[in-house]
Amino acid sequence: MLFSENFKIAIRALRANKMRSVLTMLGIVIGVATVVALLSIGKGATASITSSIQSNGSNLLTVSPGKQQSGPAGAGGVQQASYLYYSDYQLLQRSLTNNVAAIVPSYQSSYLVNYGDESFTVSVKGVTEDYQETNSYDVALGRFISDGDNKSESLVAVLGSQTAEDLFGGLNPVGKTISVKGVKFEVVGVLASKGSSGFISADDAVFIPLDAGYSKLFGSTATYNDKKIVNSISVSVVTTEAMDTVSAQIEFLIRRAHKLTSSDELDFNVLSQSDLLSTLTTVTQTLTVFLGAIAGISLLVGGIGIMNIMLVSVTERTKEIGLRKAVGATKNQILTQFLIETMTLSVLGGIIGILFGIGMAALVTLSGALTAVITADSILLAFTFSLAIGVFFGLYPAYRAANLHPMVALRYE
Amino acid sequence: MIQADNLTKVYQMGESEVRALDGASFTIDKGEMIAIMGPSGSGKSTLMSIIGCLDAPTSGSYILDGVAVENMDETKLAETRGLKIGFVFQQFNLLARTSALENVMLPLTYAGYSGKERHDRAMKALDRVGLSQRTHHAPSELSGGQQQRVAIARALVNEPAIILADEPTGALDSKTGVEIMELFQSLHKDHGQTVILVTHDAYVARHTNRIIKLSDGHIVSDEVNHNPIKAGTPRVEE
Repeated sequence: MLFSENFKIAIRALRANKMRSVLTMLGIVIGVATVVALLSIGKGATASITSSIQSNGSNLLTVSPGKQQSGPAGAGGVQQASYLYYSDYQLLQRSLTNNVAAIVPSYQSSYLVNYGDESFTVSVKGVTEDYQETNSYDVALGRFISDGDNKSESLVAVLGSQTAEDLFGGLNPVGKTISVKGVKFEVVGVLASKGSSGFISADDAVFIPLDAGYSKLFGSTATYNDKKIVNSISVSVVTTEAMDTVSAQIEFLIRRAHKLTSSDELDFNVLSQSDLLSTLTTVTQTLTVFLGAIAGISLLVGGIGIMNIMLVSVTERTKEIGLRKAVGATKNQILTQFLIETMTLSVLGGIIGILFGIGMAALVTLSGALTAVITADSILLAFTFSLAIGVFFGLYPAYRAANLHPMVALRYE
Repeated sequence: MIQADNLTKVYQMGESEVRALDGASFTIDKGEMIAIMGPSGSGKSTLMSIIGCLDAPTSGSYILDGVAVENMDETKLAETRGLKIGFVFQQFNLLARTSALENVMLPLTYAGYSGKERHDRAMKALDRVGLSQRTHHAPSELSGGQQQRVAIARALVNEPAIILADEPTGALDSKTGVEIMELFQSLHKDHGQTVILVTHDAYVARHTNRIIKLSDGHIVSDEVNHNPIKAGTPRVEE
């Protein structure tokens, strides 16, 4: 007996109970759609994080305050606040001479920024002239902060492209004056867009000379025990091979400056872009697997629903099964018929679910939060899974049907 | 055509054994039209399911059309009944939402015939029962008599060794019942088809040439009926 015959029988049986078939399929549809959508969104998130980190230049080491995350978080009892100081930057600047292209300290805080009637809360970053180079920004208009700006503590500002758009609309901001927490800054440049990196926009910021920030804007929040603090120090290394050496030197220097003994834990981190990348990728991958597993459970529930309905269907069609056996259907032919019927349900549900999943992923992309990446293997995975569910949950009802005694089945009322 | 020797069938009902059939022996020749009679519980259903290869006997031997059936496994039994037996049931047992033609094609599908041959043979069978004009109607669009004709066409389509009809007129009014009996008689007379009717109705049984009576699993009589009723002649009550 041909597959197409069985398929025709299956379609006829499913059409005989349209509402029931649709409701039964719904479980698989929802499960598969969720799997496809979640995998696409997870892939998209990973891709956007990867590209944004790579756009920062791959030979960058970032020194930031805080204990290294070894062992479970919070297991060490009370966590003491730790800081990086401007003096640490000066120390590195003095001591690191080989293999280092630039060292950039930065301090950032969020402030209300005004121009005319427009006002936005924006992250204001105090940086030095090398920041543009190490973080791979291009200047669209005017210029970036210069060494002279820092030395003279000039009240100048460079705007990220999003901030420029927000405050000035289409106007050229260069030469205009913006007000940050009441302090007036002259806009000297606008950066080119780096694009959204998924969760944080690199284009939504105001850059000012770090020294001007310490003296005119940040105030006492930027000091600890009368020492100026920084949020991070970026070290741009000349070659990838030298990254480990430079990283070790930084650790040694700052450890000594912070008067940590060899048994003390570090109160700062030195991370390379690849460290950051692998950490974030692990997080998103774990999240994707976790969400996928939840979606997988809903698929399982859908499969049980299918099995349940197929068992009802076998009971309802006992007489039909008896008749088929009377006119010569073998056990295997009955088994195949019902198995194909279940698989038709689950695969049809799977295909509809894949379409819905692609639709959901497309909606997420349209909403602009991130670009979902639909891959062939996630679709293949969902399809295979729905097929497997059809076989797995179809076998038992089909087995029950195949093993009905023909005489008993014919007399069933 | 059929050689049955000392057929027994024992069912296990919990603790107790039920001997539904207890040593039945008979032979049926090719081209006979015969009735198996008996009240309910007499074992006639059990005998029918063994003759029809729906079930294997517990002991005894059964040779159908030269083939020993008693030791066949389930798959072999299914194939045998598909090729050698044409069933007609009281409730017609047609597949719902399926055209008359497709219902008739069903045995051919399981026997592995190709599309064209299946179609042609099914059309021929429908023609023989006088339904060549209603091939695309679903059972719900046909009268009871027409449905039973479709069922008979389905039984004929494989050119079976025997037609096994279980109370074929039981669900029909008497006029339609007579038409169906006429059809069986013509199949027997004009085409030499072996027909076995299983019934509790003595009037129906008297349309055949030989009557086997069963009681408590035993054959109590096996007699030739010298004056079978010709279906369509007025019914005379005894």
